[in-house]
Amino acid sequence: MTLQDLRGLREALKAALARRFSGDHTIEITLGMGTCGIAAGAKETLEAFVNELKTSAVHNVVIKPTGCMGFCHSEPTALVKMEGMPDTIYGNVDAKTARRIVQNHILEKKLVDGHVFDRPSRDILKET
Amino acid sequence: MALNQFCLVCGGTGCESRHSDAVYKNLKSAAEELGVGNQVQVVKTGCFGFCEKGPIVKILPDESFYVGVKPEDAHQIMAEHLVKGLPVEHLLHKTHGHHSGWGEYASQLYQKQVRIVLRNCGIIDPEDVQEYISRDGYAGLEKALFEMSPTEVIAEVKASGLRGRGGAGFPTGLKWENTRKTVSDQRYVICNADEGDPGAYMDRSTLEGDPHSVLEAMTIAGYAMGASQGFIYIRAEYPLAIHRLEVAMQQSREMGLLGKDILGSGFDFAIEIRLGAGAFVCGEETALMQSIEGNRGMPQPKPPYPSESGLWGKPTAINNVETLANIPVILLKGSAWFASIGTPTSKGTKVFALTGKINNSGLVEVPMGTTLREIVYDIGGGIRGGKAFKAVQSGGPSGGVLPAQFLDTPIDYESLTKVGSMMGSGGLIVLDEDDCIVDVVKFYLDFSVEESCGKCAPCRIGGRKLLNLLTKITKGKGTRADIETMRQIGFAMQRASLCMLGGTTPNPILSTLKYFENEYLEHIDHQHCPAGKCKDLITYSVLASKCIGCTVCARKCPVNCISGERKSAHFIDPAKCIKCGACYEACKFEAILVS
Repeated sequence: MTLQDLRGLREALKAALARRFSGDHTIEITLGMGTCGIAAGAKETLEAFVNELKTSAVHNVVIKPTGCMGFCHSEPTALVKMEGMPDTIYGNVDAKTARRIVQNHILEKKLVDGHVFDRPSRDILKET
Repeated sequence: MALNQFCLVCGGTGCESRHSDAVYKNLKSAAEELGVGNQVQVVKTGCFGFCEKGPIVKILPDESFYVGVKPEDAHQIMAEHLVKGLPVEHLLHKTHGHHSGWGEYASQLYQKQVRIVLRNCGIIDPEDVQEYISRDGYAGLEKALFEMSPTEVIAEVKASGLRGRGGAGFPTGLKWENTRKTVSDQRYVICNADEGDPGAYMDRSTLEGDPHSVLEAMTIAGYAMGASQGFIYIRAEYPLAIHRLEVAMQQSREMGLLGKDILGSGFDFAIEIRLGAGAFVCGEETALMQSIEGNRGMPQPKPPYPSESGLWGKPTAINNVETLANIPVILLKGSAWFASIGTPTSKGTKVFALTGKINNSGLVEVPMGTTLREIVYDIGGGIRGGKAFKAVQSGGPSGGVLPAQFLDTPIDYESLTKVGSMMGSGGLIVLDEDDCIVDVVKFYLDFSVEESCGKCAPCRIGGRKLLNLLTKITKGKGTRADIETMRQIGFAMQRASLCMLGGTTPNPILSTLKYFENEYLEHIDHQHCPAGKCKDLITYSVLASKCIGCTVCARKCPVNCISGERKSAHFIDPAKCIKCGACYEACKFEAILVS
């Protein structure tokens, strides 16, 4: 890959990301899957998300594993991004809560009480 | 009508103790009363990390941030803000004369964390290089390779004021410059990922969450110093981090971001992973290099420093994971931006693994100069169970304790060293009134003695002697002369040990003798452990007046030493009791007495 290729790819990816949350109604679930999250049961949570989305016939959801979000006291953690709802970080997401997130947050557009967390900091890469 | 506004009420311990629960209930009933129950959802959340101003109510989507909300304010917030759209000015979080009601910048005023190292952790998929690239990944490398000369890169890192995050705080730019200056046919870049402090997991989380940032930084370092080979020395106990590094290396090789002729610039750089077997001493740079060379991991005398004669006798720069993760951002956003964060001598941020008796344990990144109080109370949400704060242990086995009087000391390399602790790699363990200082120190000494490589006498013999003396004290057999002996051994170890492992082993003792000498004396003079932790100095007994005979303790006791009839007071047999504390934990009636 050359310098031009890398720059082109970066721009294309940024544009695709911007489109994701305006045009094509994709819902994104980011699940904290560092050693800490996995030890706290993130794999079961992942499975619950996949199964619940399947049984509820929701097909426009991307589940993305990520590293540690820093909420050690409330693992596993998941971030849900979708149109019409504020970006929401959920903590203590066990399998049951994962099913509630699909039913309440994604289908009914309601927050799941008792599991919402604030994002830990602002995004330095979005600041100029 | 669908829900279109959300009212988040903090349900953290700090806010709950100030009646956030009543605020939550009142907001809910106000929503019903005003007929907006189907448009506004009131939810309870985890701690916002702004406990000093609690209870907190945040309104989404407009991000208004209300502080110090009382139950009787709930109706007004619902009626004015959520129904009419008019913010309740007197409750909005204010600073610098602005009300911070609207938009993104509200969060900048209360969120204490600034994530530079952890900028991508918990955001991107670490096994997908495209996600890293979409968040300006490899833009720093681009800039270095095509817009800057190697000396300019070093100058930029120097100007940023970045210092080593492994603990000692050596200026990174200077290390790079020294390595570059040494004339040689080959130079090496090493990433030190041999994180071993008990309670520290900053580097593991960084590597698991954002492996490409470290690869990018090592490549930049290689370009700056004229090195074509890098090594990542990581402990085998971090299998997920190793796996993600391997995936990341494979992806960047395929994309031409690592290997020969990177991005067509003509610069070659290769990285290899070396697994450590988990010896703490291998985090010491000279021992680490010995281990990479295939020798037994033992420290070597310095000088010569690795920048002059390191791996296989070639000039080598060894940087910690966290140090490296800063590099791409420094190049991308400039040294001036980086240097604007932090204190005059310590720039940027520090990642801490906040653990212990704290409500919100977590991985936190704060600007240098943040006070311990902000970390413990605002981010950490205070002490668990409303107990009293005793101290913070910082710097792991090489560090010391910071008692309550230093809660308002801004944290940087100098301030921590001045009060007898050290930055260390960044573990912060919060101790409360139930922790025995002597017992905690004994734990660290035990660790250091176990991990001593045995090469030099001060560390090998001194550490063991110190541990023996501590054990004697926790058994109630210590004398006042022992304290003096510990001080003398400690000072000798600090001066005469070959490496920093031995040099810092006595730190936990020396720093606690400074601030908690009374607790040692209590053990020595009165054979009494104030926190009730030292097993040889305590006995468990049942308070007959409080015991209702529920039999829970008898069932929990692992050695069956508790006897008694149902509904009558129980009895603990002191001869059989192993002092595990299971009965104490189990009793709901405070009928177990520790004395």
